[in-house]
Amino acid sequence: MAELVDLTIAQLRDGLSQRKFSATEVARAYVAAVEKNRHLNAFVVETPELALSQAADSDARLAKGQARALEGVPLGIKDLFCTKGVQTTAASRILEGFKPPYESTVTQNLFDAGASMLGKLNMDEFAMGSANITSHFGPVKNPWKRKDGKDLVPGGSSGGSAAAVAAHIVAGATGTDTGGSIRQPASFTGIAGIKPTYGRCSRWGIVAFASSLDQAGPMARDVRDCAILLRAMAGHDPKDSTSVPTPVPDYEAAMTGNVKGLRFGIPKEYRVDGMPAEIEKLWQQGIDWLKAAGAEPVEISLPHTKYALPTYYIIAPAEASSNLARYDGVRYGLRVPGNSLDEMYENTRAEGFGAEVRRRILIGTYVLSAGYYDAYYLKAQKVRSLIFRDFQEAWKKCDVILTPTAPSAAFGIGENADDPIAMYLNDVFTVPVNLAGLPGLSVPAGLSGEGLPLGLQLIAKPFDEGALFRVGGVLEKAANFTARPGA
Amino acid sequence: MSLDQATVARIAQLARIRVAADDRARMAQELSTILDWVEQLKSLDTSSVEPMTSTVEVVLPQRADEVTDGGYAEKVLLNATDPVRVSTTEDLGGFFTVPKVVE
Repeated sequence: MAELVDLTIAQLRDGLSQRKFSATEVARAYVAAVEKNRHLNAFVVETPELALSQAADSDARLAKGQARALEGVPLGIKDLFCTKGVQTTAASRILEGFKPPYESTVTQNLFDAGASMLGKLNMDEFAMGSANITSHFGPVKNPWKRKDGKDLVPGGSSGGSAAAVAAHIVAGATGTDTGGSIRQPASFTGIAGIKPTYGRCSRWGIVAFASSLDQAGPMARDVRDCAILLRAMAGHDPKDSTSVPTPVPDYEAAMTGNVKGLRFGIPKEYRVDGMPAEIEKLWQQGIDWLKAAGAEPVEISLPHTKYALPTYYIIAPAEASSNLARYDGVRYGLRVPGNSLDEMYENTRAEGFGAEVRRRILIGTYVLSAGYYDAYYLKAQKVRSLIFRDFQEAWKKCDVILTPTAPSAAFGIGENADDPIAMYLNDVFTVPVNLAGLPGLSVPAGLSGEGLPLGLQLIAKPFDEGALFRVGGVLEKAANFTARPGA
Repeated sequence: MSLDQATVARIAQLARIRVAADDRARMAQELSTILDWVEQLKSLDTSSVEPMTSTVEVVLPQRADEVTDGGYAEKVLLNATDPVRVSTTEDLGGFFTVPKVVE
């Protein structure tokens, strides 16, 4: 039999219910894998005792035949989710040592479904980044290597989640996605990841970055595991007024394998200048796979695509500058003394936030300030309407949209680091989806010339995650992505 | 360049983030690069477009105006620097502390 850590969540579920192994054995195997892979720097905090005690509870339930949906499945939790009594920092110095006295709704949902927690996963500070190089706790290494052997980024901001899933040191992980932070790292590490429709998962207890864009979602080895995890994570929560009171379907059941007659849109504006030939080729391959399965490609137009990134880099910093105002050294987190209250605030925030976070707060403050609000923030909100309308028009012609997930494979740690805009371009294909509040799934689809994973993105109508799992399952089967890092 | 050093100083003060005087020129340059890049939005005519604040078409839920939670100052103070803790023997309340703000 395969090693326990090499089983998917669906396989773990079957093996545990058939009593082929115990939840404690699974948890021990993962705790050992976490220890063995510390060089990846995927974890900020490890919680082996918690994982083992949760596994013991799972074994008691399994013995009584009372297994829940995720009974005995060990997960990693992005350090943006508040976890009761376990340090939660958003990978920022300003929150170092912060132990929430409460649990986020999404993690509570996962624990209520029987999952256990191996620890808190590293990320870009306050989820601001596309390479996991802005963490106060240092960069995460991608388990995949380029031919030159250089250490690569896992993408970001959910870089620890992606690296941990790809290295098989967690069975699955939570991520959050404000502009591509689940899908781009999933693409960079050869795993599946879905950003659900805005409103599908509760944001309560998740450290806020840009509240009109933030959405939690699962990252896992394959599409089916994402379907299993999302069903447990999602659901209405009265504590988040934007959480939608819509029933959560059985996403696994949506994976029928049948896409006959489905129309999938190919947006012509996504053929961006300078797109590497291998990305273009993979995209064409994806079109051919879906055609072969009986689906019909349709050319569509999303004319405001090129305005999505600049719109995002006004709206997200504006919301962040407001959300992050709460970190002032008074109620929790770092406090750096000053001669007055204002000086204490200024010193605390200067030393507590890293360079990228400070930069975005300043941009956000500027675009919201008197005299500039209309020219920048209001303008961006109007362009956001246009981007939203582009998709509404597209849905008249197609059921889902197929695009590349990211414009490149993983790059080296330190590359793209000097030019913020070059870094922002990583999210060129993912950001419009957040601005329109739509669900998007990244499926591992192929390897670059350097032997690095590349993903394809599927986008669906609001609350039609089922279509993503159905089409994603077909795409995944056709791609037959079996490569492993270091293999 | 769209931002000068005085503007950087002003927004840093608004954002309550100390930016040292000798760092303002570099910061002005960095922020200007980003602001110049987002200028491209100005080429779009949005005169007849409504701004979008939410992608979810739901009316914000309302509930009765009643106290549903609270009453645990100890928990609230758990992560504070030098708090005045809740005491059962003395009437000390339970407070956050800050530097003196009134003389």
